[in-house]
Amino acid sequence: MLIGKSLPKIDSYAKVTGAARYADDIKLPRMAFGRILRSPHPHARIIRIDTSRARAYPGVLDVITGADLPVKYGIMPTTQDEYPFAVDRVRYVGDPVAAVCAVDEETAEAALELIDVEYERLPALLSIEESLAHEDIKIHDETRRGNVMKEVHLSFGDMEEGFDEADLVREDTYFFEGTTHAAMEQHACVADSGADGKITLWTSTQTPHYIHREVAKVLRMPQSHLRVIVPAVGGGFGGKCEPFAYDFAACLFARRHGRPIKFTLSREEAFLCHRGRHPVKIILKTGVKQDGTITAVHLQTFLDGGAYASYGLATVYYTGALLTVTYKIPRYKFDGMRLYSNKPACGPKRGHGSTQPRYAFECQLDRIAEQLGLDPAAYRKQLAIDPDTTTVNGLRVTSCGLVECVDRVVDSSGWQQRRHHLPVGRGMGMAISSYVTGAGKAIYWNDMPHSGVIVKVDRGGGVAVLCGSSDIGQGSDTMLATVVAEELGVDLLDIRVHAGDTDLTPVDLGSYSSRVTFMAGNAAREAARKLRAWLLEAAGELLDAAPDQLEASARRISVRDAPEHFVSFAEAAQKAEATHGTLSAVGSYTPPKLGGQFKGAGVGISPAYSYTACVAEVEVDPETYDIKVEKLWVAHDCGRALNPTLVAGQIEGSAYMGFGEAIFEEQVFRKGLHKAPSLLEYKLPTIYDTPDIIAMHVETMDREGPYGAKEAGEGPLNPIIPAIANAVYDAIGARVESTPITPDKIARALKEQQRRLAAPGAPKPQPDPARAANRVSQEAPTL
Amino acid sequence: MNRLPTFEYRAARTVEEALAWLGEAAGGADKDPEARAMLMAGGTDVLPNMKHRLFTPQVVVGLRGVRELRGIASDTERGLRVGAGVSLAELAASPLLRGGYAALAQAAESVSTPQLRHMGTLGGNLCLDTRCNYYNQSDSWRKALDFCLKKGSDICRVAPNGQGCYAVSSCDTAPVLIALDATVRIAARDGERVVPVSALYHDDGIHPVRLRDDEVLCDVTVPPLADGWLSAYLKYRVRGSFDFPIVGVAVAARFDGDRCAQARVVLQAVATHPVALPTVDEMLRGQRWTPDLLDAAADEAYRLAHPMDNTSGTIALRRRMVRAYTRRALESLLAG
Repeated sequence: MLIGKSLPKIDSYAKVTGAARYADDIKLPRMAFGRILRSPHPHARIIRIDTSRARAYPGVLDVITGADLPVKYGIMPTTQDEYPFAVDRVRYVGDPVAAVCAVDEETAEAALELIDVEYERLPALLSIEESLAHEDIKIHDETRRGNVMKEVHLSFGDMEEGFDEADLVREDTYFFEGTTHAAMEQHACVADSGADGKITLWTSTQTPHYIHREVAKVLRMPQSHLRVIVPAVGGGFGGKCEPFAYDFAACLFARRHGRPIKFTLSREEAFLCHRGRHPVKIILKTGVKQDGTITAVHLQTFLDGGAYASYGLATVYYTGALLTVTYKIPRYKFDGMRLYSNKPACGPKRGHGSTQPRYAFECQLDRIAEQLGLDPAAYRKQLAIDPDTTTVNGLRVTSCGLVECVDRVVDSSGWQQRRHHLPVGRGMGMAISSYVTGAGKAIYWNDMPHSGVIVKVDRGGGVAVLCGSSDIGQGSDTMLATVVAEELGVDLLDIRVHAGDTDLTPVDLGSYSSRVTFMAGNAAREAARKLRAWLLEAAGELLDAAPDQLEASARRISVRDAPEHFVSFAEAAQKAEATHGTLSAVGSYTPPKLGGQFKGAGVGISPAYSYTACVAEVEVDPETYDIKVEKLWVAHDCGRALNPTLVAGQIEGSAYMGFGEAIFEEQVFRKGLHKAPSLLEYKLPTIYDTPDIIAMHVETMDREGPYGAKEAGEGPLNPIIPAIANAVYDAIGARVESTPITPDKIARALKEQQRRLAAPGAPKPQPDPARAANRVSQEAPTL
Repeated sequence: MNRLPTFEYRAARTVEEALAWLGEAAGGADKDPEARAMLMAGGTDVLPNMKHRLFTPQVVVGLRGVRELRGIASDTERGLRVGAGVSLAELAASPLLRGGYAALAQAAESVSTPQLRHMGTLGGNLCLDTRCNYYNQSDSWRKALDFCLKKGSDICRVAPNGQGCYAVSSCDTAPVLIALDATVRIAARDGERVVPVSALYHDDGIHPVRLRDDEVLCDVTVPPLADGWLSAYLKYRVRGSFDFPIVGVAVAARFDGDRCAQARVVLQAVATHPVALPTVDEMLRGQRWTPDLLDAAADEAYRLAHPMDNTSGTIALRRRMVRAYTRRALESLLAG
């Protein structure tokens, strides 16, 4: 058995020795280098671009502008609003305007200065409020109303009745600040052209199939003339899910000049590519009965989308879709709006669109629990949905380990015993969440499989696994190898995984929406099982035994009850090849038809949902309001942990990322410019800051997942942020209702609270009685 | 990637050689962006700034190979002598930096990351260019705002109607050395000079270090400390590593019994230069350090700190941290 074992990743040696080849490691003969000229203005009309001086600069081979690629693209088929290079208008500081291709990087860089661009500056909109207020300033001419890129209105059940039934109705407003992915590897690509004119593009991407489609479209070439290969990728987190200007420019250059070219972005450019977490303003109204039972939830979200659509159509739906899959909610209304602004486009980041409203909901529930005198953990268990239910918005939930997750973090953190006995300045908070295990629909709707795998067995007993998936560090190659090795009874070392090559591998939609283990895993298992049947049949003939009496393990096929009777895996393979011809098999996975019949029912559906609970313990300095997150207990229902170490790695990575978003990170702009486009000033937590993380698996054995598996890559991020927010409140008595939670915001919240309490006729604060009884000091922190 | 501009690198083996090359190129260490030659020790400040095109020297004179700039020595007569080329890592780990000198080790230890402390030197830290989040950006970023007063424009982006450049002095070791009354020895071809570390800085964000462009900072001497001296350096920053100070507080004090005989408090990262606080020193001198006295001293420091909105952290946060960290730094001396 390999499933369930903590085996090292198959690429771990390549990664730790530096042997893994990333896009920027690729060097080809006669390779040119490209650099991109970007807009210095947040919003401007391009009056004129003159590239003649740059073209005349020694060593410059080509200059590409918007006029060379005047085809709109966009990752979502219905919101294609972007050109590879600006045509007529730039919409954020960093918008690509031109690319210089030269014999070396220094020459390309120097020639950027020689491109003369005349701009007419336009007024820029830099926030949700500004975009809403200035309908006269249109960032895209195509929008029907002002700068509203997409509006969604969904309602399930009689809301009026729901709020009438409630004993307590709370309406709170939250703001979740934008954050970026900050993958360790900056974006990079290499393109080359063969003598036949066909193009090969090596690009650091999570979604080779979508890149293939979009690049071929923009270059007006048949998809059959373009091959996209994914080299080793140094992290994505959602930031490498669509094509970028350099992909198009590289392919165009390779086609025009018949020679290879490389683009490697600077760290600053990676911040400008962004497509990260949307800033979202959230207005959340929840009605509950005296016992806490939810009667109705009305969620409004306003997303600051930045300059282009990216995945924003899905994001705005996602802000509404997944709020319903954790608690029993009988009536639900969702109004979402995504706005354009003059900043880098936002898109998907780990937890795509669900992170922000989950933060709001879990913070609001903490308030409700406090008002009703309920224990936040017990309250969440009381509200938790049951397995095998359909939510009010038509989402089918199968396995659900939410209650077990809550129990695990409550038990391991000592929630019951410790929470009311912490000194002032220390606090504990809890939150839960759920996430999709793969989107139920592809970006472009179709009836084809979401994942395909080919497995072939050679005469020496080697096994090749071909899949269009992209291993971005999460371990999808290892997952594929493990599944196939498990079925065929060979060693992981016997497997070679060839992934992410649109010529050689069947389509997998990519490493996004936490879909690969579930979908490619199922496809791999199907392919491997077909081969296994032939191999057992062949071995049965050699051993004179029925296939069902045989088992495959340790590179042998042996008689189960008489293991001394066996043939080697290679012998069985040769016999099977003699019988069936060349040994290869395909497997594929298509999600079941799911979801309601309304417009928008395609977002949020998933073959399975993961569940997570988190308890955070924090210490807040009562004088400086410095926040130290001491410890995070995270229990995650991943169905079955195919490789517990990799699952723990995903939980820890998610917790780390959520922690950073909770108290440090913000993608913010000043005078239209990114305020901190560097790893020095964009505050990713260091190892000194990162709390202890206790990662726990709750296994629910999902009946449709491969061996029972669900996702682990994104879901564990979501509860971290509200758990920390709730813990900060527990520690210091101030609710900070925006992220990141900073000392400044705590100071302001406490000041505001004191002002409110000092106001004539203000209600007396009602401290948690348990806390008041047990705490040594209940003094309000001084300002 | 942001690449370095092309330049000529000359590795000096002696101070004399470095001075000769500086003289040839007529540039220097005062970070004049137009300088034709610049000195580089560890390169941890010079090279990133060159990548951002803040400095574009034609010649970089490397000091790593200059033996006479190395070494830490301490004796009761002359005090502590630290070569400018001593790495921050070596300084942080030195057994000689105990008692009254402890703050210097704490400050060295608090700089950036282990990797950069192994490269970065005391001299380099003292000559660190001032920082501002309108200045420490790439060339294209600064160009988008039409540059700033410190480089390329005659308008300060932090305070367009202000009195000059407000870029922030961010080296952690300087306030400690000022609190310890240290001096630096500076060599030029026409001779040496010794000046107090405090005289190395002045209120000019553009040219913060008062070195001539033909001079080399050779070593630092901290006077011998009589019994009873204690020192501490506290640094507030967002993260536990990497970050420059949002606020730094250096304190040194000599105690005579339970009374303070002498005290010096120096703030860092709230102005273009380290800020000595003589009125605070005076409040603390001759007194028993009661909680009320330390509160009053911290309030006075708060009153005197006037940071701008140009580093991590808001103005309000930075001022609040001045108060908290001043008091905590002073308290830490009482705790021994």
